[in-house]
Amino acid sequence: METKEIIREILEDMHSDVDYDTEEGLVTDKVLDSFDLVSLASELADEFGIQITAKEFVEENFNSLAALTAMVDRLMEE
Amino acid sequence: MQRNVLEYIEETVTKVPDKLAFADDHEQLTFAQFYHGARAIGSGLAEKGIYKEAVLIYMDKSPGAIQAFFGVIYAGCYYVPLDEEMPARRIELIIENTHARVLICDEAMQEKVDKLNFSGEILLASALLEGPEDVRALAGIRSRSVDTDPIYVLFTSGSTGVPKGVVGHHRGVIDYVEQLSDTLGFNEDTVFGNQAPLYFDACMKEMYPTMKYGATTWLIPRQLFMFPIKLVEYMNEHKINTVCWVVSALTMISAFGTFEEVIPKYLHTVAFGSEVFPIKQFNLWKDTLPNAKFTNLYGPTEATGMSCYYRAERKFEVGESIPIGKPFHNTEILLIKEDGSPAADGEEGEICIRGTCLTHGYYNNPEKTAEVFVQNPLNPYYPELIYKTGDIGRKNSDGDLIFISRKDYQIKHMGHRIELGEIDANVALVEAVRTCCTIYVQGEEKIVLFYVGDIDKRSLTKELKAKLPRYMLPNTMIAMEQLPLTANGKMNRLAMEEIYYNQKKERRGR
Repeated sequence: METKEIIREILEDMHSDVDYDTEEGLVTDKVLDSFDLVSLASELADEFGIQITAKEFVEENFNSLAALTAMVDRLMEE
Repeated sequence: MQRNVLEYIEETVTKVPDKLAFADDHEQLTFAQFYHGARAIGSGLAEKGIYKEAVLIYMDKSPGAIQAFFGVIYAGCYYVPLDEEMPARRIELIIENTHARVLICDEAMQEKVDKLNFSGEILLASALLEGPEDVRALAGIRSRSVDTDPIYVLFTSGSTGVPKGVVGHHRGVIDYVEQLSDTLGFNEDTVFGNQAPLYFDACMKEMYPTMKYGATTWLIPRQLFMFPIKLVEYMNEHKINTVCWVVSALTMISAFGTFEEVIPKYLHTVAFGSEVFPIKQFNLWKDTLPNAKFTNLYGPTEATGMSCYYRAERKFEVGESIPIGKPFHNTEILLIKEDGSPAADGEEGEICIRGTCLTHGYYNNPEKTAEVFVQNPLNPYYPELIYKTGDIGRKNSDGDLIFISRKDYQIKHMGHRIELGEIDANVALVEAVRTCCTIYVQGEEKIVLFYVGDIDKRSLTKELKAKLPRYMLPNTMIAMEQLPLTANGKMNRLAMEEIYYNQKKERRGR
C-alpha cells in the first residue's frame, strides 16, 4: 500500500469522523491533541522505520494527510 | 491554627502585593489584583444570597478562572469547574447532580453556556469583578465557616456512566498543601509551569502553594504540549523551575530528542503523577538534569490530592518500576487483604488511606460514597473512615509501597483516571450498538472498543464525541459479529487483546 494510504489508516483509527482529503488544520483546528500527536509520531516511526525528532514537531508537518505524507517520504529518504 | 485556605492569600497579599501570582499569555494577575478580584466576586455572590451551595465555573483555563474559584470560596460556597473539553451530556449530568443555581462564565464560553440545558442564573466573571467588595458580608461569612466546610466538587469518572463529584474541604487541602510543599521544597522563588487542567485536583499542586508562598504560576498553553521544542523554550523564557506534570507530558519532551536541541535550564523540581514512567524516558530526564529533584507522587482525588511520595534519586534498570514510596506525614496507608486483615510485609493488599486528607466523599451520592469510604476494618471501637482506593499494592524490602494492579476496570490513561465501565455505558446508549466492551492495552496505552451493531466507526465516533470527554474516546474501534466470551459467559478481555494485536500485525504484514 502507498505511504499515504497507510498514514490515512492510522489517522482513521484515531479519528474516524474526519475527512482527511480536505482537512488542512489537523493541528491548528485542534483535531489532534498532544497525545494524538505523540502516538501518531510513534506509530509512523514504527510503521516506516523512521525517526521523528523534536525538530519535526511543527504545525506544518502535521496539519494534513498530505503534509504528513511529505514528511514521512522525506524522512525515509534521509 | 489555619482554618481556611483563604488565609494563604490574605497573608501573602500583605507581603508581596505586586508580585505576579498567576499568568498566561493573555492575563497576568498580581497577588493584590487576585485578592481584590476574588473578594469582589465573593461579594457579588453574597449579595445574591448564594451561600453554602455549588457554584459552576465555566471559563477558559486562565488566571481569571482561578480567581473565580476563590471568589466562590469567599462567598462560603464551593466551586465546580466545567470545561469546554467536557461534552454537553457530561456537563448536564454535573448540573443535575449539583442542583447549582448559579454559573459563572467568561465571554469566551458564553455561547457554549447559552446552549446548555441550565435553568439557573448565568453571571459574567467580568461583571462580578466590577462590583464592590462588601467587607462586612465577607467577614460574616468567614466567622460562620469551619474547616470541614467544602471548597470544591471535582468530578471524576464513574463506572455506571455517571461522573462522581468528590467534595474537598479546607482542612484536607491545608493538610495536603503543607505536606506537599514540605516534601517538594516549594518557596517564594518557586516558578510553576502548570500543565493540568483546572477541573482536576492535580492543579491544586500549583494553585495553593502559589498563594501560600507568594510564588508564581504560569499556565502553559495546551497547544504547546504538541511542540516539545517550543514548550521548553517557553519554560526557559519564564524561568519555570518547578513542574508537577503527567508522565506523558514529560515523555513527549524526552522521547523525540528535544534535549539535543534545548534543555529546560531553570528546572530543578520535577514531580510526576501516579502513572508508569517508562524507565528509558525517566533516565533521559535524569541524565539531562542531574541536579534536579525527581519525585513520584501517588494519590487519589478522594484523599484530596497526593498521599504518597518517592524521591527518585537514582537511575532505574529497564523492567524496574519506580515505587510509590511512603505516605506524607499525617497520612497513613493501610494494606488490607480481601478478608479485612492487614497484609504482612511483602504481601499484597488493597491500598487504603486514613487521615485528615480524606474528602467528604461523593456529592449527592451516598450509595457510591458508602462503597469506598468505609469503617476502618482494623478499628471496631469508634467511627473512623478510611478510603479504599481499589489499587493493589505491597511493600518492598525498603518499606516502600509498590503499585501492583487495579481491583476493577479503572485505568490511568495519559494522566486521566477513567472507568472503562463509563465508556461502555455511553457506547451502549448509542441505539445501533447491540453490545460492547472496552479494554485497555497496556504498553501501547490504547483504549480499544469492541462492539457489535449496525453502525460504522465514523458515525459511532461522532455519537461518542457528544457523550464522552475527548480523553475517554476509544483510540481504536473494532466491529465484531459477536464478542468473545469466557467459558462462564463473561467478556473475554484477553481474547479481545489478542484480536487487537492480530489486527495490528495484519496491517503491518501487508
